[in-house]
Amino acid sequence: MIQLIDIHKSFKKQKVLDGLNLEIEDGKITVIIGRSGGGKSVLLKHIIGLIKPDSGQVIVDGDDIAAMNERQLNETRKKFGMLFQEAALFDSMNVEDNVAFPLREHTKKKEREILEIVKDRLQAVGLPGVEKKMPSELSGGMRKRVGLARAIALHPRIVLFDEPTTGLDPIMTEAIDKLIVDTQKMYNLTCIIISHDIKSALEMGDKVAMLYEGRIIEEGTPEKINNSENPILRQFLSGSLEGPISVI
Amino acid sequence: MNRLIQAIDRFGRSILWYVEEMGRISLFFISALSWLVRSPLKVRLVFKQMEFVGVKSIFVVVLTGTFTGMVMSLQGYYGFRLFSAESLVGSTVALGMTRELGPVLTALMVTARAGSAMAAELGTMKVTEQIDALYVMAANPIRHLIVPRVVASIAMVPALTIVSDFMGIMGGYFVGVKLLKINEGIFLKNIYKLVGLDDIYNGLIKAACFGLILSLVGCYKGFTTYGGAEGVGRATTEAVVIASISILISDYFLTALMF
Repeated sequence: MIQLIDIHKSFKKQKVLDGLNLEIEDGKITVIIGRSGGGKSVLLKHIIGLIKPDSGQVIVDGDDIAAMNERQLNETRKKFGMLFQEAALFDSMNVEDNVAFPLREHTKKKEREILEIVKDRLQAVGLPGVEKKMPSELSGGMRKRVGLARAIALHPRIVLFDEPTTGLDPIMTEAIDKLIVDTQKMYNLTCIIISHDIKSALEMGDKVAMLYEGRIIEEGTPEKINNSENPILRQFLSGSLEGPISVI
Repeated sequence: MNRLIQAIDRFGRSILWYVEEMGRISLFFISALSWLVRSPLKVRLVFKQMEFVGVKSIFVVVLTGTFTGMVMSLQGYYGFRLFSAESLVGSTVALGMTRELGPVLTALMVTARAGSAMAAELGTMKVTEQIDALYVMAANPIRHLIVPRVVASIAMVPALTIVSDFMGIMGGYFVGVKLLKINEGIFLKNIYKLVGLDDIYNGLIKAACFGLILSLVGCYKGFTTYGGAEGVGRATTEAVVIASISILISDYFLTALMF
């Protein structure tokens, strides 16, 4: 279980997270929704220790990430996989080396075995046979799938997704969503997804949480979120310009 | 009056900025050093960088070295001829190349070619979250990206300096002996007599220091890039400017220490 307790974070004078609390259950998909530039990515980066909070605790399996030194942090990070917004594939390496990277880094497996796993993971994300391609030769959707293959290469328990479907067409969005759900079931993963895609969030999430002005203002099952009376959430769900969230 | 104060203010600010950057780069150096000591070197990555920094710079270094030696020979000839000391042209070229111009020009050329590329490549990796991806995969980017580049540069800038020294002296020989008809025996004898091995060694030690400076600055600038494509451009420019200035400043102090 992951718990975020009273997280505060500011960049220079701008407050991004303001006393945020959230619990994330094991083996479930939790979707965090919120406005663009509202601190969702910052929140996600706190969970994996890329950003440290000004105050507050990030508890993963009972240990506080915010208080860890680099070695402890690296041990904890092996439980995680992460799919970045633009996939963040290493563009100096081909697809095979990208997916093999965490395996070569953290296991003593033989090269033959590693290539087997790479093949298996690429199969799992529906991209067999692209091993020798360079990231620049792939489309946006393909890169994200390779990114997912790399994220699950080491069999992590927790996978973080930073806006997995931003910038994709509706069909590819659907395909990636389905892939995430399938992968989650296949490996019994804890998935944390940040998104501003309401439709996807409500379809995929076991739990949905809304981040607004540095706090979680509403959380619960998709039904609960969908029926919420909270005016901020209502405005966000309907995508209206009228309401408590001032846009222009 | 106001303008003058503003100008002084700007000048002071840029000095402060430079000193602050030096401080941050030193801290960066310490963390790279600690990784170098703590964990085994990624030999494959080092070789890859050695190829990029060293082998691929040979052509520009050969060109700059040769022509620098040639022009020194020409200028030296015009100067020394005034008091009939043409015989010293060879040793002047050789001393100038090995002590000073070989290491400095090589380092400046490598800065322009490889130092800028380091800043641009790491900067792009930073803004496309590839460096974050390394952290997430529990693979330290300093170990994977910085250490190989620094080690390769420290090894290859002296190697390139040897090439540059040699080509400079050859260029000087060609202009002095073949074109300006200085006596070949005297030209070479004075080189043997006046250039010691420590002139060459000290030049190479300087070159290694320059290699450290240019790679550290390039990597640091790339590593701390922010703000998209514009940020990458800014990082690249700053890397070349800071590295070049630092090479020239440290050259003075290294020379004062050594000779």
